[in-house]
Amino acid sequence: MSLMTEMGQKAFNLGVPIAVHIDVTYRCNERCVHCYLDHDDHGEMTTAEIKDVLDQLAEAGVFFLTFSGGEVFMRRDFFELVEYARRLMFNVKIKTNAVMINEKDARRIRELDVDTIQISVYSHRPEVHDAITKLPHSLERTIKAIRFLREQGLRVTIANVLMTVNSSDHLGVQKLAAELGVHYTLDPTITPMMDGDTSVLALRIPGEGLPEVFRNPALVASQEEFCEPPKPPSAEDLEGYSCSAGHSFCYISPYGDVFPCVQFPLPTGNIRQQKFLDIWNLSPEMKEVRSIQAKDLTVCSSCSHVSSCTRCPGLAYMEGSMRGPSTADCEKSFYRTGVPTANMLRQGLSKPRTISGNSAHLIQIRPVAVPA
Amino acid sequence: MPENCIYIARSSAIAARALAGEMMVMNSADSTFFTLNEVATAIFQAADGHTPLREIVRDKICEQFEVDPEQAQSDAEQFVTELSSRGILLVSSQPLSSETNQETNREAP
Repeated sequence: MSLMTEMGQKAFNLGVPIAVHIDVTYRCNERCVHCYLDHDDHGEMTTAEIKDVLDQLAEAGVFFLTFSGGEVFMRRDFFELVEYARRLMFNVKIKTNAVMINEKDARRIRELDVDTIQISVYSHRPEVHDAITKLPHSLERTIKAIRFLREQGLRVTIANVLMTVNSSDHLGVQKLAAELGVHYTLDPTITPMMDGDTSVLALRIPGEGLPEVFRNPALVASQEEFCEPPKPPSAEDLEGYSCSAGHSFCYISPYGDVFPCVQFPLPTGNIRQQKFLDIWNLSPEMKEVRSIQAKDLTVCSSCSHVSSCTRCPGLAYMEGSMRGPSTADCEKSFYRTGVPTANMLRQGLSKPRTISGNSAHLIQIRPVAVPA
Repeated sequence: MPENCIYIARSSAIAARALAGEMMVMNSADSTFFTLNEVATAIFQAADGHTPLREIVRDKICEQFEVDPEQAQSDAEQFVTELSSRGILLVSSQPLSSETNQETNREAP
C-alpha cells in the first residue's frame, strides 16, 4: 500500500474530508452534448464566500482540492481563488476545457504550483470534438493551451468521455495524448441532466462496446486480473463501504450546496446557512451515506460481484435508492467478466438491457433556495 | 547574528495538511508525498522564516518532548537539510520573508 493510499485510508477511517471537489461556476463557454449542467447562473458564490469556504475546508483537514465547473475560467476571479487556495497549502487540481488558457495563464498556473490540470478532449478530429462541444475551433484552442501548459512543465491529463458520437475515436485521442506528453483517461459514464432529463443517456455506448475498452492494455494494466470472474465475497468484503463519498470526500456546488459526491445529488446542507464542518459531521444525510456497508445493499449484498464491482452509490441513488444497484455498474461488471449480476438475475436477464431502458425515475438536482 | 544561525521557511511549492498528528506534505514539482512525525511536524509548523532553528528546537521540541537539547538540535539540522534537499523547506542564514519564499521558489528549477 502506498503512503498516499495509507493516508487516504486513515482519513476514511477517521471521517476526515481529505479531498473536496468544488465547482466554482456552472457557466461554460462550451455546450457539450452530454453535459448534465444548467449553465445559467442562479446566484453562484462570491469571491469572499468561496474564500471563506476554503478557510473552512483547510480547517476541516482537506488536502486535495479540485476546482471545476462549468468552465472555471469563466470566473474573472479564478486566479485569485487558486492563489488563495495555494496560500492555504491545498494540493490544487483544475478541471477545464482549456479553451481560454493563453501562454501567460499557463505561466501563472505554474507559478501557483498547481498539481494537475485535467482537460476534456473528446476526439482527435476537430469535426467530431467541435460538434460535441458546439464551439467552433475548440479542439484547436484546447490543444494550443495544452502545449502552453506542457511548455511550463505542468502535469496535464486529457479526460475523454466515451459516447456513441465519439466511440471510434478514443484510440486517436490516446495517441494525441501520447504526442502531447500528457496522461490520458477514458470514462464511459454519462450522467442524467440536473433537471432530471434522461435524454442524454442515449449517448451512452451500448454495453457490447465496453469489452473493447476493458481489454485496452494502455487503459487496464492487468487485463487478466481485471476481467477475471469475481471471487466469492469474504465477511470483510461485506463489512466494506462503496467508495469515499461522504467518508473522506465531498462535493460543493457554486451555490454552496454540499453533496457526498459530484455524482451523488443527495443534498446534505448549504454552506451559506451552516458551517461546512457542521454539515460534514452532523448532517443526517451524510451520516446515512456513511452508515451503508455492502451487507446492507438490497440486491448487491447477494451479488457475486459485490467485492469487485465499481458500484456508484450516487448513480444508484439517481436510479431510486442509495442502497440499490447502479445499473450502469452492473453492466460494466457483466461485460468485464461475462458473469451476470444479481440485479440481472432477479430480472431474468442473461445480458443487460440497454441502460436507458433499465434506468428508473431519476432524482433531480436543483440549487437549494437561500433566503435573501 | 551568530554565524551558525539557521532560518527555515516552508516552500510555497508544497501542499501540506495535518492528519491525526502527522503532517502530509506533497511537493508539486514532482508529486513526491511525505508524512512527517510529530516532532518533525512541530519544526515544520514553526518554520516561519524568522525564528532561528535553535529557538524552534528549544521552544517547540525540548519543551514539548523529552529530548536531549544537543541531540535534538543535531537531529533537527539533519531533518532540515533533508527537507531542504527535497524542496520542502527553504534554509538561509538570513531571515526569510514570505515574499522571499515566493521568489526563491519561482526561481527554483
